[in-house]
Amino acid sequence: MNTLSLAIRQIKYENLAFWRNPVSAFFTFIFPLMFLAIFNLLFGNREFEVPGGVTHTSTFYVPSIIALSVTSACYTNVAMSMTFSRDQGLLKRIRGSPLPVWAFLFGRITTMLMVTILLVTIVATAGVVFYGVDLPGKTFPAFAFTLLIGSATFCILGIAITSVIPNAQAAPAVVNASILPLLFVSDVFIPMNDAPSWLISFTQIFPVKPFTSALHTAFNPFETGLGFEFTDIGVLVLWAVIGTLIAIRFFSWEPRQ
Amino acid sequence: MTEFAVDIANLKKTYGNIEAVRGIDLRVNVGEVFALLGPNGAGKTTTVEILEGHRKRTEGSVSVLGHDPSNNERIFKQRIGIVLQKTGVEPYLNVEETIKLFAGYYRHPQPIQQILEITGLEKLRSIRVQKLSGGQLRRLDVAVGLVGNPELLFLDEPTTGFDPSARRSAWEMISNLRTLGKTVFLTTHYMEEAEYLADRVAIMVNGKIVAEGTPKELANHESETTIRFQLNSTDGTLPQHLVSKSTSSGDSIAIKTDTPTETLFEITRWSIDTGNQLKEITVSRPSLEEIYLKLVDKSETKVD
Repeated sequence: MNTLSLAIRQIKYENLAFWRNPVSAFFTFIFPLMFLAIFNLLFGNREFEVPGGVTHTSTFYVPSIIALSVTSACYTNVAMSMTFSRDQGLLKRIRGSPLPVWAFLFGRITTMLMVTILLVTIVATAGVVFYGVDLPGKTFPAFAFTLLIGSATFCILGIAITSVIPNAQAAPAVVNASILPLLFVSDVFIPMNDAPSWLISFTQIFPVKPFTSALHTAFNPFETGLGFEFTDIGVLVLWAVIGTLIAIRFFSWEPRQ
Repeated sequence: MTEFAVDIANLKKTYGNIEAVRGIDLRVNVGEVFALLGPNGAGKTTTVEILEGHRKRTEGSVSVLGHDPSNNERIFKQRIGIVLQKTGVEPYLNVEETIKLFAGYYRHPQPIQQILEITGLEKLRSIRVQKLSGGQLRRLDVAVGLVGNPELLFLDEPTTGFDPSARRSAWEMISNLRTLGKTVFLTTHYMEEAEYLADRVAIMVNGKIVAEGTPKELANHESETTIRFQLNSTDGTLPQHLVSKSTSSGDSIAIKTDTPTETLFEITRWSIDTGNQLKEITVSRPSLEEIYLKLVDKSETKVD
């Protein structure tokens, strides 16, 4: 078998393993949908100001929860599953086999991307059906592109963060401590309209805020252009590069003592 | 083609100030079962992981099937099979799926059915990995190590933590590998395991090889034979030159000798001449276990 077909074959087995872990699969899907329902129940009908006009808060929450879906399926899931596999010795075993390591990573990341696409589709559909949100039309290419870059970035960061996770027991703590504060200050749970301007500028340099901003633009019904936020996308790409460098330098294939 | 499956010269590995491997030379012939025996912390796993390509050596030369394992070539990985100390398989796949997944990585894998038979996992083929017992997981480890039809199989402490019956059946499975013509490089801290499985054994203590040979050669390492017997307390005493060589506990007397034939003749002649009956007389060679423990003891005290 050539390495490309080996990499594609990995996707099949990674998918099998993902869907057979009911707890992980359940939380990956339930969390974002739960937040979508709760926030919309609480604030969904309020008027909400966006560049170019006034709409409802649900127009804010649907792209926000899409951002949450991506961070949870890519960043959180990749970080946890890689740490778990590392502690189990699976990564070491893979490295002792003829499977190229990139093919293994490809399989795992693609599986998470597939999960992300499914989850984003569910969230967007729920947004249309239950909350009357307009799907991106003209801005769809920008939406898809942002989603792709964002998912890839958060998968890479998920791999990079494992270099500071000592063991699988510590994984949830490290992962949540690194992502939850960012979610709170990045227009995911709470609109940042009233936040101090220094905080807003500060969050711009982290990957979550630019991702959410770019998604919000794509979902803005008053957006007149194509909706590409190249500055935001640029920040994401920069984080992807940083994550890659960290992973190359510090990633461990063996359990840590 | 290389002559040896494994050829190591002056291999050294240091971690900071700690010398885990202190310059060892080893050669493993093609087709033999070779055991690296030693207590915990002797440097066995470090050595075997250097051979597998998991660790880089500090010094020395290493050739495994003609490859330098530190190059991490895929062609090299195609030719070896690794069974690590720790199980590393996906818990949510079943036994057959796991073996199939790994089979796909190799150019000439063995038929899945055959692997299931060799490792005795046939009945467990559709059981999820997470539901397997420790012994069953170890079998799966071996199955995954074997599925690529490797020329050389590394087994790092294959039966540590097994109960005696699980150990027996693991041994039988490993013995069967010999019939497949594979070279097996085994590490263990059980003397009995090395004796049962290996054609040749090297004993490693504190990062060095302290003895090497077939189990039989190692047993001959120690020349003393022990003659044990009992005397009634009412019986007479042994001649002085025998008493000086003897140790006694209760009624039982043990005499250690390098010349068992002569010593035995002296004892029995004394017995017949004086009419003292020798009861429960035994003549024994030291067991490999005793020799091993003695070697380990000697080498460890020498270092500290």
